[in-house]
Amino acid sequence: MKNFTAKPITIAGAVLALLLIFPLVITQTFPIHVMILVFMFGMLGVAWNIMGGYAGMFSFGQAAFFGIGAYTSSYLLIAFQVNPWIGLILGGLVAALVAAAIGYPCSNLRGHYFAIASIAFSEIVRIHFNNWSLVNAAEGITIPMMPESLANFMFHSSKLPYYYIIMAFLLIAVIVCYIVATSKMGYYFRAIKESHDVAEVLGINVVKYRLIAIMVSAFLSAMAGTFYAQYILYIDPESVMLGAISIQIVLISMLGGAGSVLGPVLGAAILVPLSETTRVMLGHKGTGVDMLIYGFLITIISVYQPQGVWEWFTRIGKKIK
Amino acid sequence: MQQIINGLMIGFMYSLIAIGLTLIWGVMNIVNFAHGDFLMIGMFTSFWLFTIYGLDPLFSIPICFLLLFVMGVAIYRFIVSKVMKGPMLAQLVVTFGVSIFLSNLAVYLWTPDFRLISSTFFQGTWDMGDFNLSKPKAIASMGSIITSICVFLFMKKTKIGKAILATEMDRESALLMGINTERINSISFGIGAALVGVAGAFLSTYYYIYPQVGGLFGTIAFSIVALGGFGSIEGAFIAGILVGLAQTLGGFFFDPAYKYAIVFMIYLITIWIRPKGLLGW
Repeated sequence: MKNFTAKPITIAGAVLALLLIFPLVITQTFPIHVMILVFMFGMLGVAWNIMGGYAGMFSFGQAAFFGIGAYTSSYLLIAFQVNPWIGLILGGLVAALVAAAIGYPCSNLRGHYFAIASIAFSEIVRIHFNNWSLVNAAEGITIPMMPESLANFMFHSSKLPYYYIIMAFLLIAVIVCYIVATSKMGYYFRAIKESHDVAEVLGINVVKYRLIAIMVSAFLSAMAGTFYAQYILYIDPESVMLGAISIQIVLISMLGGAGSVLGPVLGAAILVPLSETTRVMLGHKGTGVDMLIYGFLITIISVYQPQGVWEWFTRIGKKIK
Repeated sequence: MQQIINGLMIGFMYSLIAIGLTLIWGVMNIVNFAHGDFLMIGMFTSFWLFTIYGLDPLFSIPICFLLLFVMGVAIYRFIVSKVMKGPMLAQLVVTFGVSIFLSNLAVYLWTPDFRLISSTFFQGTWDMGDFNLSKPKAIASMGSIITSICVFLFMKKTKIGKAILATEMDRESALLMGINTERINSISFGIGAALVGVAGAFLSTYYYIYPQVGGLFGTIAFSIVALGGFGSIEGAFIAGILVGLAQTLGGFFFDPAYKYAIVFMIYLITIWIRPKGLLGW
């Protein structure tokens, strides 16, 4: 018995060690940049998974939370010189509050209705930020240059610190998801996902647990948003709140495997490098070929492997047993 | 007054787009995220027929109808029917894949430029005293009202229409009554696509034609369908008009930049109060 439980841990440790060494061995900027995006989207996927994969609320509007996180910390930084690390927490809290405010009236919506409500919500947020002069409307915010340091959450000479920071964030998200999934709450979530009504009859406070799922998910997404702002140093509504980001988050989670802790990370590890390299190789003329392939892939995956590729790993794992 | 007329005219257009969507949604419980892209294909079809053969968009309507019908049936047969029994998430995402594929295929083939059909039968405006009536818009509105009535009659009077309604109400019972529900599914998907193709032909007479045009109309159509009630054709028709009015009046009285935000806001408020929409059951 001990042998079987030790195995996944050894694998996880090995992967972690590899990832820690990776940027020291491969020092080109592009692979590191891609890895940073993999971690970031992995984190967003894990966050989506908590509400989508476990609690069954398929959100197609995660970009709104991502954007709110990015905007809160950036706005506080330029307007009140608030440290980005504090902005990170505050951004998460703002996103969680917004999530609760929108999640409460939506707490009776199921399936398609919830999905479309989430699109409507994120579109409203995007349109509002595009016209909100307080945050520079469509012009966006440029994050002011500050001396390079961990306390300032800003580094100029190398991407390495960003790499480790987002990796740590991803780890936090994975741990949160793991705790949620294995706790009593995780079982409540799955019960709600299977049947809203049955869960309610069994005495689960559906509204409360749905709200918890949405808020945790929003908080983590907003953290990724602040990271993005500090990494790219420029945000505007079209780059952090676009519907395409929301969709990519859903696809990553689905490809990897919704409802498994590490599935979305795997999904990000497959899709992000794919879309980045096709964009670099094929997309330079703006001909849309990269997205063409992307759309084709999504269709194929939903038809032939709708449970996600994580399922393969668990199947292999069972065989070894 | 002018605002109300404009709102009504865009509203009729929305109604026709939403009727196609609500048909698909009601019959097979699939949200077709590629609906807006079907609209885009309809618009481009009528654009190319006009540019290459000089065919007026009004005459390309039957061609759009047939083309989109065949496309809809094919997409149903080869893609959508395969995920019907799969997990909910796959059903939601599959049409997203089709949507991204179609809109980028259009970018690839025809570049992302904005195009406009320059001269059609009906040009300019009619002066009605208090307000002006743009001719292409008025014709398109008339056309979508007529098409909507045709759909309504088709559903109520013909055998296939009744079979579609029966399937929508209760799939198992319909199956027991000897209705081939699988065939009904593909026909409904085809008709849904064909209707939005017709809407595309009408819309192409006065609206910009570009590959991403579907995104906006598609999202609005979802709001309309959910507002009108899941699967309800009458509901979609009424909700389309309401949304058209709300959008133009809201844009006029508040801020034009927020006109679509108002539409989505109305949607959110409606489903909060009546989760199944205005005429849903």
